[in-house]
Amino acid sequence: MSEIQIPDALRYSKEDEWVRAEGDRATIGVTDYAQQQLGDIVFIELPEVGRQIEAGEPFGVIESVKAVSDLFAPIGGEIVEVNQGLTEGPEAVNEDCYGDGWMIVVAPSDSGAIEALLDASAYGTHCQEREDQG
Amino acid sequence: MTALQTTPLHGVHRALGAKLVPFAGFEMPVQYGSIKAEHAAVREGVGLFDVSHMGQIHFSGDGAEAALERLVTCRVSTLRDGRVRYGLLCNDEGGVVDDVTVYRVNAGEFFLCVNAANIEKDWRWCVRHTADDADLHNRSAQTALLALQGPQAEAALAKICPADLSTLRRFRFTEAECAGHPSLVSRTGYTGSDGFELYVPDGSAEAIWQALTEAGAVPCGLGARDTLRLEAALPLYGHELDDTTSPLEAGLERFVKLDDGGFIGCDAVRARRDAGHPRALVGFEMEGRGIGRAEYPIAVAGEIVGVVTSGAPSPTLGKSIGLGYVPPALAALGTALDIIIRDKPVAARVVQTPFVAKA
Repeated sequence: MSEIQIPDALRYSKEDEWVRAEGDRATIGVTDYAQQQLGDIVFIELPEVGRQIEAGEPFGVIESVKAVSDLFAPIGGEIVEVNQGLTEGPEAVNEDCYGDGWMIVVAPSDSGAIEALLDASAYGTHCQEREDQG
Repeated sequence: MTALQTTPLHGVHRALGAKLVPFAGFEMPVQYGSIKAEHAAVREGVGLFDVSHMGQIHFSGDGAEAALERLVTCRVSTLRDGRVRYGLLCNDEGGVVDDVTVYRVNAGEFFLCVNAANIEKDWRWCVRHTADDADLHNRSAQTALLALQGPQAEAALAKICPADLSTLRRFRFTEAECAGHPSLVSRTGYTGSDGFELYVPDGSAEAIWQALTEAGAVPCGLGARDTLRLEAALPLYGHELDDTTSPLEAGLERFVKLDDGGFIGCDAVRARRDAGHPRALVGFEMEGRGIGRAEYPIAVAGEIVGVVTSGAPSPTLGKSIGLGYVPPALAALGTALDIIIRDKPVAARVVQTPFVAKA
């Protein structure tokens, strides 16, 4: 694995999603650690705009060449935007997981939920622990 | 739980940063970097696989040929020295014990290359069905196997092997030195591309691997091996084949000597054919969005009619492909099928195999 990028400005879930808070919106995607673990991403299934999701609930599916994995919502809320570009270009998650590879934008139901997620340092430790178990 | 076995190249895989997974009791590299890139290396250049987990069962003595003629579905008596044939071991019910390649070294020396998951089962089956005039030797644990595959395989191997590779045609083999180590060089593979398989003593594997990567071969894992063999519609034991499947259901009749009845299970294979097979293996291409993977149901008009045995995105074609069993009435090219993906039907169509023409 190459070195894992973990931007300081984001919050993270233990299930390897990142959250970027911007006013009353929160953008969600999967982390660099997740995309490296998955390898070539070939298919992504995302929910419809308007759906309510609960924290911890699967909101979509991500498939690599070999494997199918659920995407788990790091926070609850209403989905207000979905990255339609990933339908045709799921490789954006490999190429730019914190940018063009974003997945959904949520209007959080609980504004404190984001702060309760891991910060970059804690998430980095969580990744390292799993690497060490190797 | 038993500890996983490793191949003599395990340290090399670790040093390369491979993602290692359990496979057939071995810890094996599934990918070193990108499966798509490794797949492309084999289709366009040359890739190198460690398939040392596979087994080798040697037959020697006056009765070796006769024993194999009974054990495998392909004809052995017409095999000449230095030739390889693909065939199957069948059980008494006409199901497949394993799919294998048969190597004739000379009139008194043959060996089978068998699937890793089946080594013990095959060994017991061969011992049980071989008379005293042949000796069996399971050399799986002492033999490493490297697969060098792709259009540039010959050029890469020529850099480390003095044999005349240009005259070594497909399904032939020769003994030659690779990087100075005695090897059995076979023009065979499991990718649908040209290439070689090198049977070498465990202790030589690392030196040959290093020499081949220095000659330009790209390390490739089992992930790419699976997408490559699927594009070539080559069956994988445990998916398209198992102890209950007739080789004819799997479309392998050209590897079965049905006429002379000389192999174990022949009567059952014939009887099952005459009774009419309930299912046939087909290739399908996804038309809707999604990947029809192994064990997903196949449906027509809301009714489950079959099951996917293998499915993956095809890196060469840029679409999703798969193999599966359906009733023979639904096996015609062009037949519309639904693959049930996460409880939703997604459109697919029966297409010609191999999915990617042999290069």
